[in-house]
Amino acid sequence: MSVKRTVATWTTAVLAAATLASCAESERDGGGEGGGSEDAGTFVFGAAGAPEMFDPFYATDGETFRVTRQMFEGLLGIEPGSAEVVPELATEWEPNEDGTEWTFTLRDDVTFHDGEPFNAEAVCYNFERMFDQNEAGQTAGEYWGYVMGAFANDAENSLYQGCEATDEFEAVITISGPTSGFPTMLTLESLSMQSPKALEEGDANGIAAEGEGFSFPAYADAPVGTGPFTFGEYDEANGEITLARNDDYWGDTAKVSELVFRVIPDESTRRQELEAGSINGYDLPNPVDWAGLEEDGNSVEVRDPFNILYLGLNPEANPQLKDLKVRQALYHALNREQLVQTQLPEGAAVATQFMPDTVSGYNTELEPYPYDPDEAKRLLQEAGAEGMELTFAYPTEVSRPYMPDPEKIFEALRTDLEAVGVKVDVKTASWNGGYLDNVTAGRYDAYILGWTGDYDSAYNFIGTFFGNLKENDFGTSAYPWGKQLADDLKAADAVVDEDERGAAFEEINGQIMEEYLPGLPISHSPPALVVGPGVEGVVPSPLTAEEFDTVTVGGE
Amino acid sequence: MLRFVLRRLLQMCVVVLVLSMLLFAWLRSLPGGPVSAILGERQTPERRAALEAALGLDEPLPVQYQKFLQRVLQGEFGVSTKVLPGTDALDVFLTRLPATIELAVLALLLAVVIGIPLGYFAARRAGSAVDTTTVIFSLIGVAVPVFFTAFLLKYFFAVEWNLLPVSGRQSTGIDATRVTGLFVLDGILTREWDAAWDALKHLILPALALATIPFAVIFRITRASVLDVLDEDYVRTAEAKGLSTGVIRSRHVLRNAMLPVLTTIGLQAGGLLAGAVLTETVFSYRGVGEALATSFREKDYAVLQVLILAAAVIYVVINLLVDIAYAVIDPRIRTR
Repeated sequence: MSVKRTVATWTTAVLAAATLASCAESERDGGGEGGGSEDAGTFVFGAAGAPEMFDPFYATDGETFRVTRQMFEGLLGIEPGSAEVVPELATEWEPNEDGTEWTFTLRDDVTFHDGEPFNAEAVCYNFERMFDQNEAGQTAGEYWGYVMGAFANDAENSLYQGCEATDEFEAVITISGPTSGFPTMLTLESLSMQSPKALEEGDANGIAAEGEGFSFPAYADAPVGTGPFTFGEYDEANGEITLARNDDYWGDTAKVSELVFRVIPDESTRRQELEAGSINGYDLPNPVDWAGLEEDGNSVEVRDPFNILYLGLNPEANPQLKDLKVRQALYHALNREQLVQTQLPEGAAVATQFMPDTVSGYNTELEPYPYDPDEAKRLLQEAGAEGMELTFAYPTEVSRPYMPDPEKIFEALRTDLEAVGVKVDVKTASWNGGYLDNVTAGRYDAYILGWTGDYDSAYNFIGTFFGNLKENDFGTSAYPWGKQLADDLKAADAVVDEDERGAAFEEINGQIMEEYLPGLPISHSPPALVVGPGVEGVVPSPLTAEEFDTVTVGGE
Repeated sequence: MLRFVLRRLLQMCVVVLVLSMLLFAWLRSLPGGPVSAILGERQTPERRAALEAALGLDEPLPVQYQKFLQRVLQGEFGVSTKVLPGTDALDVFLTRLPATIELAVLALLLAVVIGIPLGYFAARRAGSAVDTTTVIFSLIGVAVPVFFTAFLLKYFFAVEWNLLPVSGRQSTGIDATRVTGLFVLDGILTREWDAAWDALKHLILPALALATIPFAVIFRITRASVLDVLDEDYVRTAEAKGLSTGVIRSRHVLRNAMLPVLTTIGLQAGGLLAGAVLTETVFSYRGVGEALATSFREKDYAVLQVLILAAAVIYVVINLLVDIAYAVIDPRIRTR
């Protein structure tokens, strides 16, 4: 009896399998002699995380931008290997006298991946699309909100005021007032040009807040741009994004026929995959591994630093910090030269101000605060703060380009502070698990944090730090000069003439370091990416904005 | 039997509801959250507040929970913020589930196929050198963390000797057709043999690592249980009756010794998810476990909730199935 049942069960199972098999057809192109063999023209890049989606406008993170950057272009581009602004979809741009109307002359030989023409109407369609967001879109459209200030429903507070197609290939964009950020901000990946037809058909603005996240419209899965690569597919189950070469690209077509991003969250696994030859490169190799990777025949491509690591101080949490002498004492106590040499990768530098020297407005006359523990002790004594207590915090579970290993950096700084008699109360929290919240809420007297620039603009650095008087991590509103600094920054930002503006920012940088010292700039660290043997043509970008169209993958 | 099953299912609903409440409150009591995960360095109190409001995280907890329940009743489990942004958390789970099923089934299969015969063998030769060796071996299996086993396997087989792939589920450029999401099965069904073989190769190391825990437990329970049964009167009677050893072993010893082993297998199957979190992370294997680790790190509430609740449901259901299997094997339980 049990035998009969077993037979029946197996028969059913086999039949079911046969039925399944009969409706499961291979979708491979016929005639091919079995896949598996690597196409010689494929560049496989190991990504640390999955992209959020593929509409750069709503994207906020580097992993998404790395993918979309290969498919999209902005009116303005960035010279590969630098932070310099160069023409991309616009060939020329000219402001009117007061810097409020900008005329962009466009390329006349560009089509979107879906065959739609790129012209002034498309440009204006894009800007109006970005401007006119629903409630969810206004929150998700992070970067627009960040650089433009507001959306259509709050138009008077928006930097963007309108766009007009004055000719087929000439668009005029009106802004509310001059700022150093415009038009440089048009290099931002989020403000890329997308196909109006595809945007409309995919209901691109149909984003909605659902539960605790955003649900994205169909367009976000089928993006259409003008760049050297077109969207292929996103294999979620296998964590692979495939892009194909755009053979109708207006510029030089890409060297590889296919670009694949493989999601490998674990850093040591990425390294092992590179060694096994299953990927051709990955981002942010651990500085400890650089030498070993090079020895194994890979090339570590070091980018120019475009970031700042600083020790933030909050006078609201600890009133003793309101005394400039105390802040100067803490700065003299830090042996930053040693920190840079022992804890940071080759090419890192001691900071003299809150921005790297590649940004216009950098003050070349500033010298680093010397390491002088005796002077630190003397200043502390003068301020009556010998043996002061300081809650000092660092983040765990994170590695940023400006701080590869926060704990080690913290330990070095802490030892220096304790050496001059500061009693450090160590605090720590994970990056997403409260650290950032505690910093913004002013719960630490001192903390380490940093910033990677979005584009070449002084305001993108020091404006972000001190420009918003009410809300900044340095609590500058507690200082008598806090408002003055914020006002000066805004005034400098609004100067139309580039040279004058640079001079204004230079002066402010001097003031910040010599008179105010709201925090202690520590260092600039070069992030790197690594590619395997045979890979050529990767141009490391200080903005971590590499474009892979120039990459070639040679034989073994 | 039906009433028994129904009662257990009802119990399960209560368990899941209470768990969901605790989970909901617990997750939101943790410092940090999806907002700081999204904003990073650009976070300011103002921007934080705006994003919290947009995501409904500024409302009182009971209101948030009530809204969550309402959405769940409509089949919406909340949108993922980081693991697969914009996708409903249940779909995230379903996308990831086949990978973990594939992994867990192979791991359990390895554990059973090796553990039971070995356990039986060791029991038959209790006290011998072979027995001692296997027992020590299984002890190591329990004692060494899966994470470490996985790491060692990967280091030697994938990195040093280059025999098997380092990570992932399928090599780049395979161009496989997806049917069920179980990559090996898909390859077989579509007769894309290279894809099936490639997927299987990706499975071997993680499955071996994951198998160490259930293997050790199954081996030891089988051994102990067989030892017990060998001592039973009915075995001696059967031997006295002159039944062949084959019949005694299969009908009397193994069948009776299997009861506790079966329970163990069931419990181990449920517990595999915990091991899968570690194994999948080491191998960057895109299953439920890896999603659980990522969602916790990135505070993807919706996905975390669904994954943990699903794990609870799976655990309860497997236990129920074990109890039913028990009843099938041992008629006395059925009549009770």
